[in-house]
Amino acid sequence: MGEAIVITSGKGGVGKTTTTANLGTALALLEKKVCLVDTDIGLRNLDVIMGLENRIIYDIVDVAKGRCKLKQALIVDKRFECLYLLPAAQTSDKSELSPEAMVEIVAELKQEFDYILIDCPAGIEQGYKNAVAGADKALVITTPEKSSVRDADRIIGLLEQESVEPPNLIVNRIRNHMVKNGDMLDIDDIVQILSIDLIGIVADDDEVIKASNHGEPVAFQPNTRASIAYRNIARRILGESVPLLSLEDDKGMFSKMKKFFGMRS
Amino acid sequence: MIVNKQLITIKGTREGLTLYIDDSCSFSDMLKELDQVLSTKYTDKDEPMITVTIQLGNRYLHKEQEEELREVIRRKNKLVVQSIESNVILKKQALDWMEDSEIKTITKIVRSGQVLEVTGDLLLVGDVNPGAKIVATGNIFVLGSLRGVAHAGVDGNRDAVIVASYMEPSQLRIADYISRSPDYESEGVSMECGFIDGAKSKIVIDRLQVLSQKRPDLNGFERRILHG
Repeated sequence: MGEAIVITSGKGGVGKTTTTANLGTALALLEKKVCLVDTDIGLRNLDVIMGLENRIIYDIVDVAKGRCKLKQALIVDKRFECLYLLPAAQTSDKSELSPEAMVEIVAELKQEFDYILIDCPAGIEQGYKNAVAGADKALVITTPEKSSVRDADRIIGLLEQESVEPPNLIVNRIRNHMVKNGDMLDIDDIVQILSIDLIGIVADDDEVIKASNHGEPVAFQPNTRASIAYRNIARRILGESVPLLSLEDDKGMFSKMKKFFGMRS
Repeated sequence: MIVNKQLITIKGTREGLTLYIDDSCSFSDMLKELDQVLSTKYTDKDEPMITVTIQLGNRYLHKEQEEELREVIRRKNKLVVQSIESNVILKKQALDWMEDSEIKTITKIVRSGQVLEVTGDLLLVGDVNPGAKIVATGNIFVLGSLRGVAHAGVDGNRDAVIVASYMEPSQLRIADYISRSPDYESEGVSMECGFIDGAKSKIVIDRLQVLSQKRPDLNGFERRILHG
């Protein structure tokens, strides 16, 4: 019996889809059987980031409406045999999917997979309700911006009313130099306001955008900052205790030597 | 029946008359006697207006009866009913009073978009996040950070106070007064309270210690009795 985790944020553009793709990849790297479910109907992106857009034949609305079997709609990933995607419909409306249908689909997926990652659309309307319906657990994504933290707070409030475990927090796109200058909220401030458990911090990394545009999640790369962060989160989801990455920019030997000689880097 | 027993005793004081009305007779008997007593004794046209206080003892009057009683006295010119006092109240009213002066303890984090409303005083063990709102008819005490909107004395009680362990509210409202946080970025303050300053007629935020001088009634039991 698998576990269904919804990835949500309230605000748009904070990295829900990117996080879903990367955590899926990272969990697959750890040899778990994973299914990614895109519930952002009408604005699907997860397939693009995974580079699987051209393989879509059926989608989640087709499954909900009984136009095809669940197995027919699942797309296997290019890189991992244990990673699947259930794409959203691009042409339908959010109202085509109901929370009841979603519960059924997720329950069926749970038989088959270890982890089901549900990518939630932005907002708190129908799409959100669908996404949360089948989930056992929730991950809330926020960026270190006030508006994003505010929306995350709202979402956490709504999640508390659902029958899910207390959500975990991922702080995405943190820029260390801005935090240091006090131009960005720091992790402690965010955690203090949201008061839920932090499960990971992902630094703002150009590689993430580059990789997404190539249809290959960054978590697949061996040693960028972001990929290590995502893989650490995946391990924490599995229950390992992994220390948080230091945010210090490590520019290699040269900067270390400069520091050693007391020069400013 | 003892015919001679007086149902109504009248006492004159400097402030006017006090009518003590026997609480074991029937309402109609009482009215009848009142009418007689008043018409025999007080009909002098030259006297100034006299205020009357009525002591009902252990008698409860509902709205219509009270009106009838006032009407009887009003008919005698020169008499003005100042107040009608009774030792008893309805259970419902008593429960309302109790609810009004009770402290509701709630343990939760009030998050953005959520509104927490209580009758009486609110003791919140937890935070009020930005975008959230807490409302109470009485005082508000927050054991945690107050970052959202707090509205105390919502039914018009201007003596209500707002107390927080960490005060960084976006707005404080007490009765019909509103104050907002400054437009510049500011750090919150610890252990502070907000109340309406009578002299400045606005909400001020001050150290917790001043509360004992500004709102001495907050102390325990007296506040509850103030209602009655």
